[in-house]
Amino acid sequence: MIKLSIDNKPVEVAEGTTILKAARQAGINIPTLCYFELDGMNFENKPGGCRVCVVEVKGRRNLAPACATECMEGMEVFTSSPRAINARKTVVELILSDHPNDCLRCEKSGDCELQALAARLGIRELPFKGEQTTFKKDSTLSVYRDMDKCVYCRRCETMCSKFQTAGALSGVNRGFPSVVAPAFDQPLGESSCINCGQCVQVCPVGALTLVDNINDVMKAIADPTKTVIVNTAPAVRVALGEEFGQEPGSIVTGQMAAALRRLGFDYVFDTDWSADLTIMEEGTELLQRVGKVLKGEEAKLPMFTSCCPAWVAFYEKNFPDLLEYPSTAKSPMAMFGATAKNYFAQKIGVNRKDLVVVSIMPCLAKKSECAREEFGKDGNPDIDYVLSTRELAHMIKQCNLDLNQLPEEDFDSPLGQSTGAGVIFGATGGVMEAALRTAYELHTKKSLPKIDFEEVRGLNGVKEATVDFDGLPVKVAVCYGLGNARKIMEEVRAGNPNGYNFVEVMACPGGCIGGAGQPYHHGNSDIIRKRMEATYREDAGKPIRKSHENPDIIAIYKEFYGEPCGHLSHELLHTHYFDKSDKIEATLQ
Amino acid sequence: MSKYNTHVLICGGTGCKSSNSGQIYENFKTILGEHNLTDEVQVIKTGCFGFCEKGPIVKIMPDNTFYTNVTPEDVRNIVEEHIVKGRKVSSLLYVNPENNEHVSDSRHMEFYKKQVRIALRNCGFVDPENIEESIARGGYEALGKCLTEMTPEQVIAEIKASGLRGRGGAGFPTGLKWELCAKNKADQKYVICNADEGDPGAFMDRSILEGDPNSIVEAMAICGYAIGATKGLVYIRAEYPLAIDRLKIAIEQAREYGLLGENIMGSGFDFDIELRYGAGAFVCGEETALIHSMEGQRGEPTLKPPFPAVSGYLGKPSNVNNVETFANVPVIIIKGAEWFSSIGTEKSKGTKVFALAGQINNVGLIEVPMGITLREIIYEIGGGIKGGREFKAVQTGGPSGGCLTKKHLDTPIDYDSLVAAGSMMGSGGMVVMDETSCMPAIAKFYLEFTCEESCGKCTPCRVGNKRMLEILDKITRGESTMDDLQALRNLAGVIKDSALCGLGQTSPNPILSTMDNFWDEYVEHVVDKKCRAGVCKKLMSYVIDREKCIGCGKCAKGCPAEAIAKTDYTAPGHKLPSMEIHGETCIKCGACINNCKFGAISVQ
Repeated sequence: MIKLSIDNKPVEVAEGTTILKAARQAGINIPTLCYFELDGMNFENKPGGCRVCVVEVKGRRNLAPACATECMEGMEVFTSSPRAINARKTVVELILSDHPNDCLRCEKSGDCELQALAARLGIRELPFKGEQTTFKKDSTLSVYRDMDKCVYCRRCETMCSKFQTAGALSGVNRGFPSVVAPAFDQPLGESSCINCGQCVQVCPVGALTLVDNINDVMKAIADPTKTVIVNTAPAVRVALGEEFGQEPGSIVTGQMAAALRRLGFDYVFDTDWSADLTIMEEGTELLQRVGKVLKGEEAKLPMFTSCCPAWVAFYEKNFPDLLEYPSTAKSPMAMFGATAKNYFAQKIGVNRKDLVVVSIMPCLAKKSECAREEFGKDGNPDIDYVLSTRELAHMIKQCNLDLNQLPEEDFDSPLGQSTGAGVIFGATGGVMEAALRTAYELHTKKSLPKIDFEEVRGLNGVKEATVDFDGLPVKVAVCYGLGNARKIMEEVRAGNPNGYNFVEVMACPGGCIGGAGQPYHHGNSDIIRKRMEATYREDAGKPIRKSHENPDIIAIYKEFYGEPCGHLSHELLHTHYFDKSDKIEATLQ
Repeated sequence: MSKYNTHVLICGGTGCKSSNSGQIYENFKTILGEHNLTDEVQVIKTGCFGFCEKGPIVKIMPDNTFYTNVTPEDVRNIVEEHIVKGRKVSSLLYVNPENNEHVSDSRHMEFYKKQVRIALRNCGFVDPENIEESIARGGYEALGKCLTEMTPEQVIAEIKASGLRGRGGAGFPTGLKWELCAKNKADQKYVICNADEGDPGAFMDRSILEGDPNSIVEAMAICGYAIGATKGLVYIRAEYPLAIDRLKIAIEQAREYGLLGENIMGSGFDFDIELRYGAGAFVCGEETALIHSMEGQRGEPTLKPPFPAVSGYLGKPSNVNNVETFANVPVIIIKGAEWFSSIGTEKSKGTKVFALAGQINNVGLIEVPMGITLREIIYEIGGGIKGGREFKAVQTGGPSGGCLTKKHLDTPIDYDSLVAAGSMMGSGGMVVMDETSCMPAIAKFYLEFTCEESCGKCTPCRVGNKRMLEILDKITRGESTMDDLQALRNLAGVIKDSALCGLGQTSPNPILSTMDNFWDEYVEHVVDKKCRAGVCKKLMSYVIDREKCIGCGKCAKGCPAEAIAKTDYTAPGHKLPSMEIHGETCIKCGACINNCKFGAISVQ
C-alpha cells in the first residue's frame, strides 16, 4: 500500500493507483474530460491529452495529469490550489475557444460533458478569441459527424480502433487542426466503419451524434393513410426510465407500451416476441449443423449468432472467407419486420406499403441494418424506421408525456407476447442462454434440470462454457466487443483450436444494454451492470422463460411459417451475407 | 601500389555539396590525372569541416592548407600552383578580418582555435565511405576494448563516471539511462539512435552521420553490449539522404569486417543495425513519439512512465540516445572517463556542438568545451557581428529555447546555466541577432514552428500555442492592448506548466524569455505601435520630409502601389511641390527610399 496526502487528507491506496482514483476514494472528485473508463469491461481511454485533471504535486516541476499519474509514497497532491485551478480553467477556456458553443441547438445539450465542465468551473467569459477549426459534415445512416465540435479526447478512436478493432477512426492532421477522422478524408460510410455507434456513446460532446429519425416517424403517425406499428427491443425497457429520472435498472416495460400507444402507434408490439422466433430458427439451425457434423457431413462450426448488425457488418468487411459460419437467421428486428409486412399486414388487410413498421432499439447500427436491400420487398423495407432509446425519450417528452405517470399497459397481440428467453437478448450471453434453453430441450426432448445458465452471464469480455446435452458436450463462447470477436474469428480461421460449437457475439459493452442508442452512461459501468440485473430480473419474473413454449410462437408456426428452418422461414426469416472487404482494402490503399 | 604523399580533402557535406563540391572532386581527379599524379595525390570526399560560411572547403594535407570558397574553376590553379609547384594559392586562403592577413593553416584560424573537437573528431579528416580510414584513426578500437577487456557493467560505469549527458536537448545522464535499461530483463532489447534532428538551423547530427558514420555504428554496438541488446535501430529523417547513404555504407562495411553481425570479434556478442525513416515531424524527436513512429503508429508522445528503458520499441526495453551523444562514447572508452570529465563544467562535462547562425561573421558548425562563454563563441570563434553592428541577443535551444542577451555574454554555457537564464541547450542551435531583429517577431517565428509541429494531442499545445500565436500576431500588427500581454504571459505559464511533452512544455520559452529580457520592445509594439527594429511592417510608416523633397517625383514613378502623390506645398528654395505618401495604400516595400537621391524619405 502507498500512503500519500491529497488536499492535506491522508490517503492509502494500492500500488499502481492513479491520483484520480485515489482522490475519488478520498471523496475528492477531480474533473476529467478525455479520460474514460468502463470499469471491468476492458475499455480505457487515458491519453492524458485534455489536461483538465491537472493537479499540483509538491516537488514536481510541472502539473501532473491525475488520470495518468500513479501515486507515490509520501506524495503531496493539491487538486484545487490556485495554480491547478488556473491551469484547469485556462485549459477549458482554450477548448471552448475552438468550439462552436452552439449549446442551445446542440443534440448533446444537457448531456454534454464539456458543457457540464464549463458550468462546474464557473466559466462566464471566453477570453480567447481566434480561428476555429472547421470540417466537412459527414454522416452514415447511423452516425452524424460534426467535427467542428471535436475536443480531440480520442475516446472514439480508442473505441473504434482498440475496442472494436474496426479501425475507421484515428487521429489525423497535426497541431491545431488535429481531429479524429477516417483516413484520407474518406466519408465514414465508405470507410471500415461498422456503424456500431459506440463512438457516439463515448463522445463527450456533440461531435458524434446519432442520425435523428423522430420527424420521419411523427410524419408517418400523422398520415391517416398509414398504419404505424412499433416494436421495442429487450434492452430499451431497462434503460428508458433513466431519461425520466428513474434509477438505472428500473424496468418500465408497461409505461413504455402506454407511452407508445399515446404517441399514436396503431399497434404496440414487442421485439422480444421475435427474439423468441429467432431462437426457434437459430436453435434449430445449430442442432442441424451439429447433427450434420456428428454424421460426418459438411457443416460449419462454430456457428456464430447474427443478431447484432455491427457484428454482421464487421465480418462482412473483415472476414469474407468465414461468411458461412454465422447463423443465417435474421436478427429479431428483421424477423419482426418480415413477419409484420408479410403476415400481419395481410392479417389486418393493409397493403405492405401502407404499413409503417418502426423499431425502438438500443442500437444505432439497426438504423443501417433496416436499410439493407435484402431486408425488404420491391424497394419497400420490412422495417421503415429505427428510433433509438434516446430518440424515443425525446419523442415522449416532445409530446408532453411523463413516462413516470403513465399506467402500465400490455403489448398488443399477436406479435407482443414474449418469454424470459426473449427478454435476456438484451444482455451479453442472453442469446446464448435463450438458445441453450430451447436447443437443449429440442435435442434431448427432456425438460431442463436448471433453466439458468449462470456461466454465460456477467460482464466478462469473453466467457466459455461446455453444456452437456444429455451426453453430447456442446462447447460455447460468448463475447462482446468486436476486438474479442476478432480474436475468436482468427482462431476459427486457424482451425478452431478451442473446439467451439456456438459463439455469441455482441458489439457493444455488456451487449445491447450498453448499446449506442441507449441513454448516455458517461463511463459509469454500474449503469450497465444495473441494466443487466434488471434484464435477468425481468426474465425471472416471466411465467414462461423458454422460447419454444411461447404460445404466440407456437401459433405463428402453425398458422404461417410451418416449421423452424422450413421453406417459408428460409424465405422470410433467413438471410445471406456479402463480401464487403473491398471497403477495408480501399482504406488500406 | 599507390604511395600518396599528398591528400586533398574536399568537403562532401550537404552544404558544400550543394555549392558544387562534387564537381570540385571530379575536377581534381581529372586534372591530377593530366599531371599523372593520381598515384601520389589522394583525393577524398570528407564530411563537414564546420566552417560553412566559407564553403566549399578544400584542405591539402600534410601542410594543412585550408582553402575557402573554392569553385570548380579554382581546381586547376590549386593543382598546378600548390601541388605541382608548392606555392599556396593565396587568393583562396582565409583572410583574418582583424588584420587582413592570409591564414593558411586552419589551426591558426580564430574559428578553430577555441574549438575542442571530440564528437566531430573525424569530420573533415576521413572518407566517411571507407571504414578503413575510420579504423586508421582509431575507429572500432573502443568496441574491441569493451568486448575483450570490459564487462557491460564496467562500460556503464565508465560512461557514468564520464558525466556524459544527452546531447539531444534535455541533458539526461547517459550512463544512468544505460544502467536503467540494462537492469530490465527481457528477451529482446533495442538500442535506438535518434537521428530525427529537427531544430531549425541545427545540423550537427547530420554532419556527424555524413562525416563519421562509423563512430555511431561503433557507439551503438558498445551500447548494445552494455545494456544487453542485440538490435540497433537508427531513426533518421528521410530528408537526410546523404547521411542515410553513408550510414548504410558504414553498416554494410562494418558487417563485412565482422564489426557488426554475429559473434563480433570472436567475443560471442551479436549486434546489428537497421534504419527506420522519419517523415520530418519535429515531435518525433521526443523519444516516446519516436518509438511510436517506428512502430508505425501516429508519431505522438505518450506519458512517461513507463520510460522506454522499461517499455520501449514493441514494448521491449529500449535505450534512445541522440547522434551526438553516441559520437562521444568511443572516445570516452578509449581515453577514459577521467579525461572526458576534465573538460567542461561541474555538472556538464565534455563538449557541445553548436550550429552557429544568424547575424554573425563565421556561420558554421563548432564544437566547444562546456563552460565557454557566449562572448568567446560570438566574438572569437564567430568573428563578431556582421557589418560591425551591435549584438542584441542569441537564441539557443531552437523553438524550445530562449533568448540570451548582453547580460549573459560572460555566463559559462552549460545545461544548467542556460536553463537558469531562461533558455536551454536544446540540440545546439545558436542564432545570433543584432539590432535589426525584432524580439516579438522572433518569438512569433519560433511559435509558428511549434504550432506547425505540435502533434495536437494535448490541449495546451494544440490550442494554447495557436492562441499565443494569434496574440503575438496582433502585437506585431499593432492591434493589441496591454491586456493581451497579460493574457499572453498567463497562457505561456499555463502551457509550460500543463502540456504533455517536452515540446509543449518548452514552447512558451521563446516568448517568456523575450518578454523577460525585452519587455520594453513588447510595450513599444503595444502602446507606441512601433517596431524599433523595423521588422513589423504593419507598424512602419514611410514619410517624406517636405522640406527636403524637391518634388522630382521619382519616388512616385517607382512606387508599385501608386501610393505617392504631389502635395500643394512647395518648400522654400524648391521649385516643385513636395510629394507625400498615403499610408493606407503604401505596401511598405521601401522602393521609394531607394529611389530618393535627396534623403527625403524615412521610415518611422
